[in-house]
Amino acid sequence: MTRPLKQHLIDPEICIRCYTCEMTCPVEAITHDDMNVVVDASKCEFCMDCIPVCPTGSIDEWRVVTAPYSLDDQFAWDELPAQEELGEGGEAETGLEALDDAMAALLAEAHAGAGGKAKAPATASKPTVNLYTLGKPATAKVTGNFRLTADGSDNDVRHIILDFGGQPMPVLEGQSIGIIPPGTDDAGKAHLPRLYSVSSPRDGERPNYNNLSLTVKREPQGLCSNYVCDLRPGDEVQVTGPFGATFLLPSDPEAELLMICTGTGSAPFRGFTMRRQREIPRNTGKLTLVFGARRPEELPYFGPLKKVPEDFMHKLFAFSRLDGEPKHYVQDKLRDERERVAALLQSPKAHVYICGLKEMEQGVEEAFRDIARGVGLDWAALRDTMRDDGRYHVETY
Amino acid sequence: MHDLMNVSYDTQIPNNVGLSSDKRVLKALEKWHPGYINWWNDLIPDKFQQSLVYLRTAVSVDPKGWAKFDYVKMPDYRWGVLLAPQVEGRTIPCGEHAGEPAWQEVPGEYRNLMKRLIVIQGDTEPASVEQQRFLAITAPSLYDMRNLFQVNVEEGRHLWAMVYLLHKYFGRDGREEADDLLRRSSGSEEAPRMLGAFNEETPDWLSFFMFTYFTDRDGKMQLESLAQSGFDPLSRTCRFMLTEEAHHMFVGETGVGRTIERTCQVMKENGIDDPYDTDRIRALGVIDLPLIQKKLNLHYTLSLDLFGQEVSTNAANAFNAGIKGRYQEHRLDDDHKLTNDTYTVWDFEDGQVVRKEVPALTAINMRLRDDYTRDAAGGVGRWNKIIEKAGIDFELKLPHEAFNRKIGVFSDKLFDPDGTLLSGADYDAGEKGWLPTHADGDFIQSLMVQVTEPGKYAGWIAPPKVGIDNKPGDFEYVKLAMA
Repeated sequence: MTRPLKQHLIDPEICIRCYTCEMTCPVEAITHDDMNVVVDASKCEFCMDCIPVCPTGSIDEWRVVTAPYSLDDQFAWDELPAQEELGEGGEAETGLEALDDAMAALLAEAHAGAGGKAKAPATASKPTVNLYTLGKPATAKVTGNFRLTADGSDNDVRHIILDFGGQPMPVLEGQSIGIIPPGTDDAGKAHLPRLYSVSSPRDGERPNYNNLSLTVKREPQGLCSNYVCDLRPGDEVQVTGPFGATFLLPSDPEAELLMICTGTGSAPFRGFTMRRQREIPRNTGKLTLVFGARRPEELPYFGPLKKVPEDFMHKLFAFSRLDGEPKHYVQDKLRDERERVAALLQSPKAHVYICGLKEMEQGVEEAFRDIARGVGLDWAALRDTMRDDGRYHVETY
Repeated sequence: MHDLMNVSYDTQIPNNVGLSSDKRVLKALEKWHPGYINWWNDLIPDKFQQSLVYLRTAVSVDPKGWAKFDYVKMPDYRWGVLLAPQVEGRTIPCGEHAGEPAWQEVPGEYRNLMKRLIVIQGDTEPASVEQQRFLAITAPSLYDMRNLFQVNVEEGRHLWAMVYLLHKYFGRDGREEADDLLRRSSGSEEAPRMLGAFNEETPDWLSFFMFTYFTDRDGKMQLESLAQSGFDPLSRTCRFMLTEEAHHMFVGETGVGRTIERTCQVMKENGIDDPYDTDRIRALGVIDLPLIQKKLNLHYTLSLDLFGQEVSTNAANAFNAGIKGRYQEHRLDDDHKLTNDTYTVWDFEDGQVVRKEVPALTAINMRLRDDYTRDAAGGVGRWNKIIEKAGIDFELKLPHEAFNRKIGVFSDKLFDPDGTLLSGADYDAGEKGWLPTHADGDFIQSLMVQVTEPGKYAGWIAPPKVGIDNKPGDFEYVKLAMA
């Protein structure tokens, strides 16, 4: 089988044939007849120049195809065909999380723990992906770098704020961006970007500023994490993305969220929570956060989190290295609250998110299996249903 | 050296033309600025001035930077001077100077002709804001209200664009003309706007949609031909304006489309198949398709008049001088001089509507009008698809170019929408079926109610398929100021 291809298309029902995209396209991949404006798959280089200039929103359409739609196919359309079901191929090939292969592969690996192809929540906002690429990155200015963990801890987690100035950077909560570490590898090639989850909400770390925040842990040998953790205000950083089209926040205010994380896995949930707080601050009883760390002083955002009212977000902290206390992991907290968790697993409004180190997956799965069995449900079937419904999301690394 | 891509905010007037180092023009524009703000503030009702509107503002003329969305109060909108990036080595695309380097200054011999074109274009921009000033009071949704205001602020910016050219390149005359653009006013007895169609009020939202579809499309075609100008600053100005004008086309096409969609939907829900069962359809609070056809007939023909006489020596001169090109001149494959070419135009001879060959140079207006008609027909085809999809037997049509004309060879005769010459009595008998009557206007007016709940729409119009800037359906596009 030939490798599936990500094809850029224009929705003919929404396009008004103003040809602004056609005039903007630097490689003349866009053309038209009397009815439709179409994209030549053999010429489009995914530069995204046409996306912001479209007055209608019809241009931001993508399909994964085994054979690209020809110009004649597209000229004949009255409406856009639905995405075909592609049986073969993993998420990296058949998903639209990222348009470039390396980033798609990274995300597919991070999502593997969900046990099948990830799907976005039905009411999530439409994400923009790949606006900036390795060949055409955005330049962000560092406006803040704060240590989140206690000074004495050997665990150095940083809150980094990047400002994009006049460059649009439309990120949704749960999406990631790529940071390109400067320099070259041993073979003299530029380094590939490293992915970091955005930890701020869509309207910015500070509302209506074109900025965002990242939560980055310094890894002893980490090329990029050391680069990022050492950044100083005023430094410039090359950024790609945004990436990710499934690990997203539902827009439905009735949606209930069960968020389970360890360490810097809290980044997307900080974004989720802030979004909810800014948009619907009086919407209580919908959020549950289960957050694991070794000690309170190593738990990123522990201070601000404690200030979030309990009725807005129910918070469960699991500490594994507290002096004189037994070791607690996130799965233990899930079991402690089995009634609440069981109710969530059975609610059609509930969305489960797991984010953190790969090692946490197994324990969490087992806890879910036990809790499900306790109410007479088969976890594997339930998980698949939730995932296909866009309500079960895993991002681990 | 200033940055030609990003918009500079170092003066009161955002720009990418290095205003901060051009003291003379900066001073002139700063002097003009308060008059503009007064004009704006006097125009739009205060309640809306104080509201937060989700508007797009260009922060750069690079494709990625010209659609930055945010809430802004309209009087705080950053109107500025934005020119498309200069193309290295650009040449004059047409006329007797074709192939020579494009002018960066106005050639003396064409100064008056050029100034007049810029003033006429400039005059239409504030005029349409004046025509639409009361529409927000009956906006069918916050989404539509936002779109109206986006159109308004961008027309305001287009006025800025033309005023910059007048100040920069036409000295004292230019400054006087710029002042006059604020002195004239749509529908005024003493100082009306220059073109007839811009002195009519836009009384209701269907008229607004038809206006943005048909009349703004004339504006688009004029901008297209000025974008081909050998005078490079004019070309660059118009190229950037075209990217904004596309939004206005969008508002018109989808507005009419959503009106049609809602009518078809309500007809189906109530088991009405006959589109001419207008009393029943109107009783259900939607606009019948025959009335939409009548509105189309009116706005299309008014817009055709904006193209001027079929055969025009002024247009020939402007083309020959390289001041104004044809639609997509750079894509046309000929000598770009038209000295020996002919073009087929409509004429009226011996009581007959005929096609006639005339020298192509004198038919420049007609040619642009034909391009316009082709462009306008595309959207009509889309509207018909909505009707067809609903299974209703009705087809919208552009009327014949002879119908209802006030300018050109057909202007002193009477025709039906198929282009058949009629006697006065026959025309009178048919007119109420071809053009909106006062009663039709009253009916449309009766449907115009303001809806301000996010995500809700007045009963006569369907919601849009996608939100602006990918926003969800219940997004609050305008945060209305409390009175």
